[in-house]
Amino acid sequence: MEFAELIKTPRVDNVVLHRPFYPAVEGTLCLTGHHLILSSRQDNTEELWLLHSNIDAIDKRFVGSLGTIIIKCKDFRIIQLDIPGMEECLNIASSIEALSTLDSITLMYPFFYRPMFEVIEDGWHSFLPEQEFELYSSATSEWRLSYVNKEFAVCPSYPPIVTVPKSIDDEALRKVATFRHGGRFPVLSYYHKKNGMVIMRSGQPLTGTNGRRCKEDEKLINATLRAGKRGYIIDTRSLNVAQQARAKGGGFEQEAHYPQWRRIHKSIERYHILQESLIKLVEACNDQTHNMDRWLSKLEASNWLTHIKEILTAACLAAQCIDREGASILIHGTEGTDSTLQVTSLAQIILEPRSRTIRGFEALIEREWLQAGHPFQQRCAQSAYCNTKQKWEAPVFLLFLDCVWQILRQFPCSFEFNENFLIMLFEHAYASQFGTFLGNNESERCKLKLQQKTMSLWSWVNQPGELSKFTNPLFEANNLVIWPSVAPQSLPLWEDGVSLCHPDWSAVARSRLTATSVSQVQAILLP
Amino acid sequence: MEHIRTPKVENVRLVDRVSPKKAALGTLYLTATHVIFVENSPDTRKETWILHSQISTIEKQATTATGCPLLIRCKNFQIIQLIIPQERDCHDVYISLIRLARPVKYEELYCFSFNPMLDKEEREQGWVLIDLSEEYKRMGLPNHHWQLSDVNRDYRASICRSSQPLSGFSARCLEDEQMLQAIRKANPGSDFVYVVDTRPKLNAMANRAAGKGYENEDNYSNIKFQFIGIENIHVMRNSLQKMLEVCELKSPSMSDFLWGLENSGWLRHIKAIMDAGIFIAKAVSEEGASVLVHCSDGWDRTAQVCSVASLLLDPHYRTLKGFMVLIEKDWISFGHKFNHRYGNLDGDPKEISPVIDQFIECVWQLMEQFPCAFEFNERFLIHIQHHIYSCQFGNFLCNSQKERRELKIQERTYSLWAHLWKNRADYLNPLFRADHSQTQGTLHLPTAPCNFMYKFWSGMYNRFEKGMQPRQSVTDYLMAVKEETQQLEEELEALEERLEKIQKVQLNCTKVKSKQSEPSKHSGFSTSDNSIANTPQDYSGNTKSFPSRSPSQGDEDSALILTQDNLKSSDPDLSANSDQESGVEDLSCRSPSGGEHAPSEDSGKDRDSDEAVFLTA
Repeated sequence: MEFAELIKTPRVDNVVLHRPFYPAVEGTLCLTGHHLILSSRQDNTEELWLLHSNIDAIDKRFVGSLGTIIIKCKDFRIIQLDIPGMEECLNIASSIEALSTLDSITLMYPFFYRPMFEVIEDGWHSFLPEQEFELYSSATSEWRLSYVNKEFAVCPSYPPIVTVPKSIDDEALRKVATFRHGGRFPVLSYYHKKNGMVIMRSGQPLTGTNGRRCKEDEKLINATLRAGKRGYIIDTRSLNVAQQARAKGGGFEQEAHYPQWRRIHKSIERYHILQESLIKLVEACNDQTHNMDRWLSKLEASNWLTHIKEILTAACLAAQCIDREGASILIHGTEGTDSTLQVTSLAQIILEPRSRTIRGFEALIEREWLQAGHPFQQRCAQSAYCNTKQKWEAPVFLLFLDCVWQILRQFPCSFEFNENFLIMLFEHAYASQFGTFLGNNESERCKLKLQQKTMSLWSWVNQPGELSKFTNPLFEANNLVIWPSVAPQSLPLWEDGVSLCHPDWSAVARSRLTATSVSQVQAILLP
Repeated sequence: MEHIRTPKVENVRLVDRVSPKKAALGTLYLTATHVIFVENSPDTRKETWILHSQISTIEKQATTATGCPLLIRCKNFQIIQLIIPQERDCHDVYISLIRLARPVKYEELYCFSFNPMLDKEEREQGWVLIDLSEEYKRMGLPNHHWQLSDVNRDYRASICRSSQPLSGFSARCLEDEQMLQAIRKANPGSDFVYVVDTRPKLNAMANRAAGKGYENEDNYSNIKFQFIGIENIHVMRNSLQKMLEVCELKSPSMSDFLWGLENSGWLRHIKAIMDAGIFIAKAVSEEGASVLVHCSDGWDRTAQVCSVASLLLDPHYRTLKGFMVLIEKDWISFGHKFNHRYGNLDGDPKEISPVIDQFIECVWQLMEQFPCAFEFNERFLIHIQHHIYSCQFGNFLCNSQKERRELKIQERTYSLWAHLWKNRADYLNPLFRADHSQTQGTLHLPTAPCNFMYKFWSGMYNRFEKGMQPRQSVTDYLMAVKEETQQLEEELEALEERLEKIQKVQLNCTKVKSKQSEPSKHSGFSTSDNSIANTPQDYSGNTKSFPSRSPSQGDEDSALILTQDNLKSSDPDLSANSDQESGVEDLSCRSPSGGEHAPSEDSGKDRDSDEAVFLTA
């Protein structure tokens, strides 16, 4: 397919761009296969350079022959274009609509993007499972790398290499895979060097209504327990939901079959409930009535902060089991690709100092989100403004980033990265020139040949010039476990992350709060 | 002393509000000025001091098997729960405190017995630190347009204040009309004056029936009349009450909290005050118009609004000393009724209202928006709030200057301003830079700032729940870095001087004796020692399957404890009283070169606290 077919009017002059907090700009609008560009043709500067894939929804309005297109972006920005000429306006609108909803991944921008920078370190090879394994293989010999999923045959959403107990052979893993949702047999997520306790994650056990059991599964997870020790299974569903899952062939670990494990249910919401929460939150932020009661009531009704509190609480509980109780844990919900990953990755932020460094956090995203098979393509297909709701869209990753921000706010000196780093990751998860967040799992990424055909986000981020933007000047390595407060009073709204959209505020606030104080902080730290 | 029925009760338990099963056993003392609880534990002998004047309410709860609970709520938002073994003792303590917390004579207040060991001269100097006539001079007054009044420096336009006119439905006062005309004329830049009535219109109209009311635009030439609806003191009192109830909830859900916050209306009121301040600041700075502000009496809402506008307009008020001047000018000298509003003496409870608390919160909300614009930090605001209620210093006593003069406050008590000034290092905002563009001129906010600009101030209302506060303080961190840098620079200077001397000696002597300078002892700067060793809270919730043998929560011993030393230095913030038990050490008491301690997470005490959180099945 040629993009040209979709672009009936590639260029319109005298278009006026309205953006919050910027003066209106008149210029020439150009459409390319992947970008919407507005240039005022002064000093050759582009006023706007927007990826079509960042567009979440558009509205058209006409007054006489003057058309207006309101573009709502996945990163919550709202932009308005005044286009003279009804036909031009309609053409532009239909092109944008088509180009922002391309079906084929291989038509996406990352397959066309050619970097303008020299690649010093290829991000596709920055975080190899073998290297990650080496980090703790010196401390323990109880684990091994398994290549059982080399062809993605055992578990389509797992990476080719996973870490499993040494005493369990590949044959057993294959059997366990048939007993777990999506073939997601229990694998190592985190090894706590301090006391040798581990976090494992998996999909739900397929016990069904007749209480099916799998000896290999029991053996696998028991292999992670020290003699005489008990472990905890954290189920991210309520007991009720977990019980209902049995009717659909799913279920949970029965005490009788897992006597050494104690099950805890910590309910975390999923899917459309989260998506609706985001939609309501962004709507509340966009509310122009300036009525405080209404704002608080809408904020409350969105339940966004409730989800934040739920997720953080579950992660803290997991970390508490590991560090304070000295017990290993297994975490799963239904598929083990959403709330499970929120909990395992946040628990690591709490427990492991390395994951609070830039490099370590990147490794965490790579390990616990990308390779662990969080379906980014599905979850991030649409954002807060989209009208056509699909049931698999959900801001799972954004909630995770928000939770990280909450911990960062409570421990402002313990993270090597700053808030901008989190915002950048959010933006790239939804629309990017890089291939990192394309596809739903390693298997799909392999088939798309992303490593050969696209650039990794990490290749760009890890350049010294870019890193400086994301570095927290207050950082001081802190080797302790950090316990955040989950009281509602301690969990404010992440204004800059979630309220980017607000016309009156965010632009000014961000420059005011971030830029000024960061430069001031730097002035103090680097006299 | 005659009000103290029992000076000492033993075997009293101080309940940890976060984890009620953890209570400290100790002895309770009642003194003329304080309630003191001393823990029995020989390791700590922790002391909790509460000023009688901070006590807001005392509640005797139903006796249980363990004893008789007594709940003390303080005006600085501290809440203390004691369990006294004998009902009789509890009753005696209760009756004594009821009386002690409601003194009837000014002479009973703490400031008349508080002695910080300063001599007479130092005390007198303290009282002249903030001098209002100096302030008017700074504003360029009096000049040929103005006699002493209230004005802004950079603009001809001014902010004036008054109480409501006694207009009723038709009354006029020619002199009043002429005075407004004079205010307009004093500002050649504009041909009208804004008259801002800070009451809701309905309230102002109701006042007409009582022969009061508001200016009739027909009678005054060239005024623009504007209502800005700020509710009255009774609404505000109830609103705070409701918000504090929300803060007191035990492990509330997010919905409980947000719903309660909304229902209290507190942030709506804060926003109303800010909106009024912003309106006035814009009128003065953008339209160049003078503004006359009034409410009913002119000492509550008017004071709030004028001081918010002043802060927005004049960078001087955003400095440490300037802020003291602002409070001295807009609040103390203009007759804000401190005694009535903050209930220092026993009086009509309907007169009590958190008027200045709201202003202080507005300042904090602004500091959040403009982190580099204020010379002072959050702690400064918290300490001022504390002392408005503590009655430890004479500044905020009485209802007017006249009363203060009659009581000879300046001869008999000490000034808070001198105390704060002496400790100003604690109150500085490291991000402040006087030459920064943001710190100069007017602070610009959108005309109608969005709602999420206003946040719940947990640093104030939950400040005794240390576990809820951020565990690392950027302010303290940066101040420590600054201090360290300064020390190093001084050291460098000294070494350079010495080097110079040595070189001179070398020149003079043929025989050179090498003299080694001692290696620097600075071991680098680190905050990672115990500054953030904290402990988990209760994350298990009500999960039945979770084997928590007790519903124990985090072992944050919320810093209830004022040590005697702290108290003597009259430091209301408990920052220096870092919570050793939970390992949450406050950065402020850390030496700048704190790298000497090996990072240790598992201090013995910390382990104890683990036990409380997780118990064996």
